Amino acid sequence: MTPLADLTSLIRSKNAGPFALTFDIMFADEASYLRVKKSGVLTRELFAEMFRTPAAKVKFFECDNALAFKFSIPRPRNSGDLGDGDLHGGQQFAPLLGIQIP
Amino acid sequence: MEEIRYIAATGSLGGGGLEPRYLEDALKHQPHFIAADAGTSDAGPFSLGTGEPAYSREAIKWDLAAVLIAGRKANIPVLIGSAGTAGGDVHVDHVLDIAREICEEQGFSLKTAVIKSDQSSGYLEKLYASGRIHSLDPAPEIDAGTFARSERIVGMMGVEPLQDALAAGADFVLAGRCSDPALYAAMPIMRGFPAGLAWHVGKAVECGTLVCETSGKGVILGRIRQDHAVIQPIGGSTLRCTPQSVAAHSLYENSDPYLHKECSGTLDLSRSVFEQMDDGISVKVTGSDFIPADVFTVKLEGAERAGFQTIIIGGVRDPYIIAELDSWLDGIREKIDKAARDVLGDRLERQDYSINFHVYGRDAVMGPLESREPYLPREVGIVFEATAPTQELETQLAKISRQPLLHHPIDKWKGAITGFACLHNPAYLERGEVYRFNLNHVALPDSHTDMFRTEIVQLGKAQ
Repeated sequence: MTPLADLTSLIRSKNAGPFALTFDIMFADEASYLRVKKSGVLTRELFAEMFRTPAAKVKFFECDNALAFKFSIPRPRNSGDLGDGDLHGGQQFAPLLGIQIP
Repeated sequence: MEEIRYIAATGSLGGGGLEPRYLEDALKHQPHFIAADAGTSDAGPFSLGTGEPAYSREAIKWDLAAVLIAGRKANIPVLIGSAGTAGGDVHVDHVLDIAREICEEQGFSLKTAVIKSDQSSGYLEKLYASGRIHSLDPAPEIDAGTFARSERIVGMMGVEPLQDALAAGADFVLAGRCSDPALYAAMPIMRGFPAGLAWHVGKAVECGTLVCETSGKGVILGRIRQDHAVIQPIGGSTLRCTPQSVAAHSLYENSDPYLHKECSGTLDLSRSVFEQMDDGISVKVTGSDFIPADVFTVKLEGAERAGFQTIIIGGVRDPYIIAELDSWLDGIREKIDKAARDVLGDRLERQDYSINFHVYGRDAVMGPLESREPYLPREVGIVFEATAPTQELETQLAKISRQPLLHHPIDKWKGAITGFACLHNPAYLERGEVYRFNLNHVALPDSHTDMFRTEIVQLGKAQ
């Protein structure tokens, strides 16, 4: 098993507009991307559970030409609204780093 | 015309990072126009709410002068969108004033199309009443009063007002809130190039060199033909676009990597193909589609005042408080509510103010998305944040809050405690007015021209 962080070139989160967060999981080489894709570990249901979001609200994409996985969720608090702690949404990805890939 | 070429000068006009020498290099390719995006909603609702640009006046002037000088040198139009960060009328006027100054200093005479995008609450209320304001997903709840409550609402224009301005012979198009790729798609579509390629390349280049493998100083040259398009970086020797970097850029800041909604339709990248060109740094694009919409829609962005805010920054090191932090903070909250009721009750109802604790070291950054695994930090930083309808009430509330924060007891200790280490004296910090975004909706106007107002002005001396 290998943590996802060790197989990727970039894992990031960012606002996709003020009302949604989007997460990109990106790879430098096709072999690593395909290893993760074939493992079937990354799913809409996994992200839904990790980020406490109903699965129906999670958009999940496998982007072969970009060697990237992407998912997006509604923000629990809108960007800049009272109580929000991450205006740009850039520090929401940490739970993804340790996902174990066979 | 076999090919149309343009310079994407920067993804954030006003960042102050534009290097004129790369614009000079790009002019050698004989581009037909230069464009740059100057705005974003990523800066938060404050700019839209207050009318203040997020960038400094000097930095906006530096970048704007660079593109206007390049435009005059090649005698080609310059398009700037989402002026002054939020693209409201007040933001456009701010940048127009800077442009006027540049024209006087440089001796330029510019036929300028100023396109404004503020929306009146009366107009939007009429659309809302007739069911012509539709929510996007996810969207905040709105009601008929939302529009009047908003400090400012802008509509995001597509290519249409820009094309009208170019057709009128503008040397300089200064636009309010504007779809970023529309700045680049407007002229190619006017000249009969395929909308799919025009919108897609616009989308790819709107953040400047971020489309490269490793971003750096430089500009991007877009070239569009009938059957393909090319994205070519011009800058330092390390700038390189690859099929992966261009494909990956369509992920950036978008919730869907394939479908991008615009006023007049949807850009569909699901069949796009990216190939490396022989020069090793440019990428060829084919296969991108644009699906025209049945109904023309204009995306709305609005900000309303959430109140005035005061914060207190401090920390806790006592392990017994940290071990029962939630109940300790709940106790403080109850005491503040009681004190506010007793002291300010005649002027401040409970629903008029809000109190938040941001607990750094525990879950301040991720809030409700943080994992629930038990974990006790050695110390926590706490930002106490209170928001009320006026600054005076707000500061009264913060002052009332300091005693409960300092002295709220825990079971472990029997005497008086001071459980909160204040960072500052005075402990509170007035933050002034704060805003929230209140719309993620589209409007359905009667025509393309309803929501945008164009005025042609001459900057500098008429020739």
